[in-house]
Amino acid sequence: MTVTKAPIDRGRFSNKTVFIMAAIGSAVGLGNIWRFPYVAYEGGGGAFILPYLVALLVAGIPLLLLDYAVGHSGRGSAPLSFARISRKLEWIGWWQVAICVVIAVYYAAILAWAIQYTGFSFTQAWGDDPEAFLFQEFLQAGDPGVTLQFVPAVLIPMAIMWVVVIAIMALGVQKGVGATSVVFIPILLIVFIALVIQALMLPGAMEGLQTLFQPDWAALANPAVWASAFGQIFFSLSVGFGIMITYASYVGRKVDMTGSGFVVGFANSGFELLCGIGVFSALGFLAQSSGLAVADVVADGIGLAFVAFPAIISQAPLGALLGVLFFVSLVLAGFTSLISILEVVISAVRDKLELGRVQATLIVTIPLALISILLFSTTSGVYVLDIADYFINRFGILLAALVAMVAIAWGARKVPWFAEHMSRYGSIRLGAWWRVLVMVITPIALVIMLVLETITAITVPYGGYPAWMLGLFGWGVAGAAIVAGVLLSLTRWKPATPMEAPEHDEEVVR
Amino acid sequence: MSGDAIAMMVLAMVVLWGGLGAAIVNIVRFKGREPQQTMRDL
Repeated sequence: MTVTKAPIDRGRFSNKTVFIMAAIGSAVGLGNIWRFPYVAYEGGGGAFILPYLVALLVAGIPLLLLDYAVGHSGRGSAPLSFARISRKLEWIGWWQVAICVVIAVYYAAILAWAIQYTGFSFTQAWGDDPEAFLFQEFLQAGDPGVTLQFVPAVLIPMAIMWVVVIAIMALGVQKGVGATSVVFIPILLIVFIALVIQALMLPGAMEGLQTLFQPDWAALANPAVWASAFGQIFFSLSVGFGIMITYASYVGRKVDMTGSGFVVGFANSGFELLCGIGVFSALGFLAQSSGLAVADVVADGIGLAFVAFPAIISQAPLGALLGVLFFVSLVLAGFTSLISILEVVISAVRDKLELGRVQATLIVTIPLALISILLFSTTSGVYVLDIADYFINRFGILLAALVAMVAIAWGARKVPWFAEHMSRYGSIRLGAWWRVLVMVITPIALVIMLVLETITAITVPYGGYPAWMLGLFGWGVAGAAIVAGVLLSLTRWKPATPMEAPEHDEEVVR
Repeated sequence: MSGDAIAMMVLAMVVLWGGLGAAIVNIVRFKGREPQQTMRDL
């Protein structure tokens, strides 16, 4: 007797606009707001635009289009799409899924902090010393180590946020992921433009912009500046760890993928420029009101968001409004990125186990939420987060992207086929220029970045943390992601899962 | 702001925001062509 199984719809974006919004939502994240301004300032100010633009066109968009090609032609999650290129490559897809698991659990903590700081903006709870408030009062961080002492001020918003995230993910590709991006991205743009306008009105704003845009042409002769431009583009675009593969698998066959890629790439970089203007205008105000040079108050990452900005909010006219605009922007940008990261994992589990949407969502997100809360709502959470973030970006995302590119280009030799696939309905034809970039130029750029990062990580122990913490949460986590990728690729696909991508849109439903 | 800084800020705006505008115009105006090898499922 033959048992016929009902087909499982993977879900899809209803149209090109929703896909582009979701991809922009994934690319625009915390790094745009708190990393780009500092990297641009450090990399020669106004002169940085040159290496940055070269990196965008030579590595960023070509790599983005390669991710699109893998997902759009493979019609599956990262592991399934790689398996459809070659079963030998499936482990790369699972490696990317494992990387997403790591990022998702700590990303949620940063969003919880931003949610709390949105409220703190009204009361200026940080008082006169935002740094002491952040580490001692809010996070209650002691010496580096691991504890299970929970911080309710972090735990509660984290728990609420995970409930909201789980509900959205359960709604599916279009009604959950797509709809969230379509609503959140325009709001993010409006909120951030309002922030930029307010920041530009502050006294000292022009000094801040002068510091950001004053070109230092000598910096262009420094290879490290070029490496940092490639690094900023690479880390900012959400390429190389499965997100764009997964999203592209939800897009109709005849959608203009190459034109969409250029929109996403320039939208991400355009937003980064807006962030640079807003952040440095505010830093210019902070410098003037503190009687310091702008260079003395420049910061990035957690220091910019949770130390420098609170100081700005305390001193600025209508500071509460500025704080709400800034932290709401962080929440919106981070939230759309978080759902894209989770979608990689949910999609992979769905494909492998042939589960329904809600079932797969719950199987993935509930354990992740528990791990996230257990590890990062404690008094040691900030240290584990800092180490995991540093190592998984470099020896997870960067390394995985390099391995994937080399495997596709030189192992499977699929780049010419992908170029043809993408050009079939694309507005921009991927010719020899794209093949040279993704087969030669971009891998070389990634190798140089990886070598520089490896030398730095080995010679200078990151952050002055104990060796055991760097070994466990840094090297250990990055290595475990590779091992997990290999082990998960050893499991069998269900007999009903075809190892060849369906030829037509209609057959996406299986 | 110095002339150099203003010029670089304007250049960055033109390149990145102009690039975004051009990319949007490109996909809006692109009608798509029926490829030589038809994939229509009749």
